[in-house]
Amino acid sequence: MMDLLLFWTPLLLVVVSALTGIVIFIAGERKARLRIILNLLAAVLKVLMVVLIGLLVLAGHTPEFRISLVPGLDLVLRADALSLLFATLSAVLWLVTTVYAIAYLERSPNRARFFGFFSLCVAATMGISLAGNLLTFFIFYELLTLTTWPLVVHTGTATAIRSGRTYLRYTLSGGVLFLIGLIWLYGITGPQDFIAGGTLAEHDLDHRLSLQIIFVLLAVGMGVKAAIYPLHRWLPEAMVAPAPVSALLHAVAVVKAGAFGLVRLVEDVYGPELVAGLGMDLPLLLAAAFTILYGSVQALRQVDLKKRLAFSTVSQVSYIVLGIAVGGPLATIGGIVHLVHQGLMKIILFFCAGIFGNLLGIKYIHQLDGVGRRMPWASACFTVGALGMIGLPPVAGFVSKWYLGAGAVAVGREWVVAVLVTSTVLNASYFLPVLKRIWLNPPPDQWPDEVQVSRIEIQALVGSAMVAALLALGVGLLAGHPLSPLSWATAIVTEYFP
Amino acid sequence: MTTEALALIVFVPLLVAAGMVVLPRSWLGLLIRIGLLPLPFLLLIPTMEVVDNGAYRVVLAGHDSPLGIVWLLDPLSLLMLWLNVGITLLVSLHASFSFPPSDQPARRFWPLWLILFASMNALVLSADLFNIYVTLELVTLAAIGLIAVEGKPAALRAAMRYLLLALMASLLYLLGVGLIYGQTGVLDLYLIAEHLEPAWLTITALALMIVGLLIKSAIFPLHAWLPAAHGNAPGPVSAILSAMVVKVSVYIIWRLWFWTAGDWDLDSAATLMGILGGLAIVYGSVAALVQQRLKMIIAYSTVAQLGYLMLLFPLASTLAFQAASYHLVSHGMAKAAMFLAAANILRSVGSDRLSRLAGIDQRLPLDVFALALAGVSIMGLPPSGGFLAKWLFLEAAREQEAWGWLVLVAASGLLAAAYLFRVLAVMCLHPRRRLRSDRRRRAPNLASVAAILLAVGAIVAGFASAPVLDLVAAGLPPGLAP
Repeated sequence: MMDLLLFWTPLLLVVVSALTGIVIFIAGERKARLRIILNLLAAVLKVLMVVLIGLLVLAGHTPEFRISLVPGLDLVLRADALSLLFATLSAVLWLVTTVYAIAYLERSPNRARFFGFFSLCVAATMGISLAGNLLTFFIFYELLTLTTWPLVVHTGTATAIRSGRTYLRYTLSGGVLFLIGLIWLYGITGPQDFIAGGTLAEHDLDHRLSLQIIFVLLAVGMGVKAAIYPLHRWLPEAMVAPAPVSALLHAVAVVKAGAFGLVRLVEDVYGPELVAGLGMDLPLLLAAAFTILYGSVQALRQVDLKKRLAFSTVSQVSYIVLGIAVGGPLATIGGIVHLVHQGLMKIILFFCAGIFGNLLGIKYIHQLDGVGRRMPWASACFTVGALGMIGLPPVAGFVSKWYLGAGAVAVGREWVVAVLVTSTVLNASYFLPVLKRIWLNPPPDQWPDEVQVSRIEIQALVGSAMVAALLALGVGLLAGHPLSPLSWATAIVTEYFP
Repeated sequence: MTTEALALIVFVPLLVAAGMVVLPRSWLGLLIRIGLLPLPFLLLIPTMEVVDNGAYRVVLAGHDSPLGIVWLLDPLSLLMLWLNVGITLLVSLHASFSFPPSDQPARRFWPLWLILFASMNALVLSADLFNIYVTLELVTLAAIGLIAVEGKPAALRAAMRYLLLALMASLLYLLGVGLIYGQTGVLDLYLIAEHLEPAWLTITALALMIVGLLIKSAIFPLHAWLPAAHGNAPGPVSAILSAMVVKVSVYIIWRLWFWTAGDWDLDSAATLMGILGGLAIVYGSVAALVQQRLKMIIAYSTVAQLGYLMLLFPLASTLAFQAASYHLVSHGMAKAAMFLAAANILRSVGSDRLSRLAGIDQRLPLDVFALALAGVSIMGLPPSGGFLAKWLFLEAAREQEAWGWLVLVAASGLLAAAYLFRVLAVMCLHPRRRLRSDRRRRAPNLASVAAILLAVGAIVAGFASAPVLDLVAAGLPPGLAP
């Protein structure tokens, strides 16, 4: 019985969302009530299943599903501590985003298509988080590209189609490099599962150059989704998608898949020691550091609220990469925990941007004057997210930055601290003026495009943002709790640096 | 038992086709069922035979070659039989709606359809060169008849062009057969090798036969007839043409190359074939990218996808054989699905011009979905049969350190993505005007189901590869066996 449970639960976690998506497609556009019930049910079920798997892992089991695709080549879904961290983040934020999206898209056309792909997208993300080897990761990584494209082009305007094309151009090309790296790597090592600390050290002597090239190929393949400079261009363009999609792309699914993949690559495929031994940590670190500063500077120049948030994402996701590239336990903890923290904070910001845009027609930053008086709750949430991004305690972002900085000093890379400080200053200078507009400037006589919506809709929209804000505050305040993301990340990193 | 079963697999559809011409029209529906439905069950007997004993030689009517008909049932021909039966049955489901037995064109369509089906079954079994010639002619003529069956001017022109080129191809092939027969007095595909030295005359003979077959399988640069023929034929016909008819000629080339001339040194020719394949992939994809009609895009996509089957020649290994065979299977399903979906769209909108297809996904969600699913396999993205085939190709190329082929296979998926996403993007675009929806007949839903089933098959092939790959591994040509 236990064996069956351990075998099937990882697959079920993926299949639940995939099935939901398919049923939503079949049910069609008109069955709105069925769709809402299914969406919520599946999202709740998913959280419960993640909890179940979490309990199994805590009890010392390793749930693992394995089938053979081609003789000798396995599809492996396995729950370890790192995959659980990502799976939990995705499952929780998905529940919140589902509520938000149902309210946000009320009355808009093509909802069956939207929610169908929305669910397939969760399925792909779950697959990425549970992937037990690089091939499985690749399969779901490409599946994620395919399932998010319909969401990016959802509005069907010419701009959306163009952004969709850019998105595909970047992600599919990245996928090709990934595939070449993958097939090359398997040629040297044979198929290998993810193992904490990596498995490639023994091949170092014979295949040094190959391993370096493969690392670059794989890192670029993942760096596209993680939006590392200069592979980030698709991300700001993808802003034409509806707000829940942006929230999802930025906080949970696409960019996170890239960052998560880099964590896997460094920690579980190569191993931090080998990455340093091959001299690959410094280029990765420089790319991350540059992206952090570049993203912040670009964010500063944007006048469109969503674009500013997009470049902020470019910058923030690189904190994760920075953490693993710096090396050493503390910085790695900072990077991994930022995977969660950035997700929570960024989703708040996008939820709020969506609320302002949808209800008041606000698109540009200068239109935000006095929003705080019109929508105090949403503005409060936005403030929490923005302050967290700057790194103000006690919001979650502070914890990440603290660990990153301390970790960099611990391994003797003090200049990284300078990057972090500069980035913080830049973060403050692009978020604080926004906050000033929201709270201190007087509201205009008329909002750009105010629409009347039902009370329950507003409650759902603002409620989701508030839940996310509470979570972001919670993980910062309770960082010392044994089940907090920080403790979790610490436990994961202990395996990498015994 | 096996002999009888194989004979029935070929002759039941033929006899039924003859019956359709003779018997009254009211029998047509029944005859279609008799001609098609028993086939999968009959095929179980040869399957058992292959599983138990490997290859099986059939001498029909007691005359061994060169006079009689000799068939060889081996794992590879069994795979082709299953593929043909499976795809033909699913496409027939669609055809039973686009050519309902009560309509006039059905009287012309169904006999030809069954002749095509039977002659492809006979072709993949045939073990001697002359037999191959006869069945290949039957396949071609039935295919041309089917392209022209609705009598539309564009289709008639395409059929005429196909006919002329196919006849030329047959002559080249026959000339080659004549030369070889004159040299050896043997026609058996698997026995000629013993009597034949790679002298210039025999090499010329082989080259003539292969060029003839390359024309029939529309390999670049001999593909010129394909897009118009496949793009203008009725939906089910396009599906079977792209999924099966061009493939069986490639299959015969494989037989000639790896079995008949298996121990010759053909390295430079193999590279040439591979380069043709590479050019086909690039040219077909780029041409697909500039087409304005959905069916033409899919037809050019076939030109491109056939190129992968040519990569077997330079790579020539167990993995490459598995890769090429798996590509044949998954492309067969995916491409048939695409053409059926396109047929439903064409029927509903009245045109398959891309400019008319904006927003079509809301009206025909099932068909667009089938098109997209099949597209995933064509692009070689996971999870799909197309991806596994691509993976095996990559492994084969890596095994031989053939980096050029590796990069080509890895990157060419992007070209397919470019032309397919162009189509999907148009379909997701919001229409400026409302579509004139109810003027034309809507394609019946079961026609969409056939497309969906085939597309899902191409995706599922990404998970259940073991039976096919094991079968191929058991039926490798003598020179390649691991």
